Amino acid sequence: MHCQECGTRQATLHFTKIVNGEKTEFHICESCAREKGEIVPGTSGGFSIHSLLSGLIDFDTASKVQSGASKAAQPLRCEECGMTYTQFSKAGRFGCSSCYEYFDERLNPLFKKVHGSTTHVGKIPKRGGSQIQVKRQLDDLKAELQKRILEEEFEAAATLRDQIRELEKGLSE
Amino acid sequence: MPNLRFTEKALSDWMLGNANDSDIAISSRVRVARNLQCLPFPLVATNEQSIEVLERLTDMEKYDDLQSFGTFYMLNLNDISPLDKKVLVEKHLISPSLADESHYGAVILSEDESISIMVNEEDHLRIQCLYPGFQVRDAWEKATAIDDIFEAHIDYAFDDTRGYLTSCPTNVGTGLRASVMMHLPALVMTQQINRILSAVSQVGLTVRGIYGEGSEAVGNIFQISNQITLGQTENEIIDNLHSVVLQIIEHEKNARERLLNESKLRMTDRVKRSYGILSYAEIIDSKEAAQRLSDVRLGVDLGIIEGPSTPVMNELNVMTQPGFLQKTFGEIMGNEDRDVYRAKLIREKLRTHKDNS
Repeated sequence: MHCQECGTRQATLHFTKIVNGEKTEFHICESCAREKGEIVPGTSGGFSIHSLLSGLIDFDTASKVQSGASKAAQPLRCEECGMTYTQFSKAGRFGCSSCYEYFDERLNPLFKKVHGSTTHVGKIPKRGGSQIQVKRQLDDLKAELQKRILEEEFEAAATLRDQIRELEKGLSE
Repeated sequence: MPNLRFTEKALSDWMLGNANDSDIAISSRVRVARNLQCLPFPLVATNEQSIEVLERLTDMEKYDDLQSFGTFYMLNLNDISPLDKKVLVEKHLISPSLADESHYGAVILSEDESISIMVNEEDHLRIQCLYPGFQVRDAWEKATAIDDIFEAHIDYAFDDTRGYLTSCPTNVGTGLRASVMMHLPALVMTQQINRILSAVSQVGLTVRGIYGEGSEAVGNIFQISNQITLGQTENEIIDNLHSVVLQIIEHEKNARERLLNESKLRMTDRVKRSYGILSYAEIIDSKEAAQRLSDVRLGVDLGIIEGPSTPVMNELNVMTQPGFLQKTFGEIMGNEDRDVYRAKLIREKLRTHKDNS
């Protein structure tokens, strides 16, 4: 099949574009595609996960700027590695672990979009993570306690209460 | 040149293991991303910082508990020729990004090549475990055990709310990417594949080609992996992938059965034609080779031909890649030479198989 644009070269890209529900089929060669600036997945300069991602990140910045929320002259910047939020939004990657703290206010919407969530619930390092483990255990115990109280199982509730006290004592020490 | 062994054979020893459903789920892989505290990610690290990361993560005496998983060899990427790097990528032992972009990158490989620990990739540490067939749970258990060995000696960049901190926001939280490589020719032939793949993306999973991000699905081989790394536990992620892959296997089996029932003659013709072409062609490009190999693999699975065993097919998939071809024939070659050598290699491999059986 010949390219529908130049009519001479072999059409190597075949794709369907859907705009507002209207379907258009394209059969074109690579050089015409580049000329037309079509974004064709799988070709260089097209989509990659990082460019897609930086689109998402940019979107946040754009909406922030529009609403006038960040008119501060100081650009948002990680003091640890020096990466600015703009650089992050272009690269789609953080410079260091401190970037997570410095950019924190902007990250929730991003993580929501990418992961549908903002909080880690998985594995915790054994060392240094013990506090978190205790906190999680406490949350579980407290939920259990509420349940027991509602079900009027006071004996079990009392045992749980003691366990919670014990754990909380350990945390505050 | 250190440890050439890893680039000499096309088929890793771990691929020889027996596994359930290995006709459809070819292999399973789990990757865990971790970073050291107080050092910038490789993207912005200075040379000194990268060297420090390298030294701290490749101190094999410190991590001697690793020996319980076999013998390990460390390769510095700087010492490896571009061709050997390419072969390691084709065998999935290192990522394209470690091969091409890393500074002071290294890989620690287990003897059977089932464990690959990458240093100074996009993240400081990436632990990868490979299993034949559909064994994604076992792969995760091994990866988390290896993670524990490293964690006993180093402080990871970890945050109470965000979990394990990674260079790319798509990996944050668990840092876990689990994937299953699947051969789905019947779903492609019956044109159900797109419907199934788009359904897969609705449940937090994603489909990629055989060489990961951005690569095309050639030879009807697809890589199904989790997209979400934050807000789910590792077990939830693994279970989710597990149950979806099980369903895809079921769909593929049904589609194969239907093809056999409704058009056995056509199927037989297709398989035998491809077998014929692979056995006698003088020139074959990689795309056609992958497609024909897929047909033959399906033919063997369905008992249409007594063709080469699954390991031979897996071996051919790797051997016909550009890097490996060059490695085998030892010449710098253009596309056309490559197609000639590829055809030669396949012919010989299939002939040896026939003579042996």
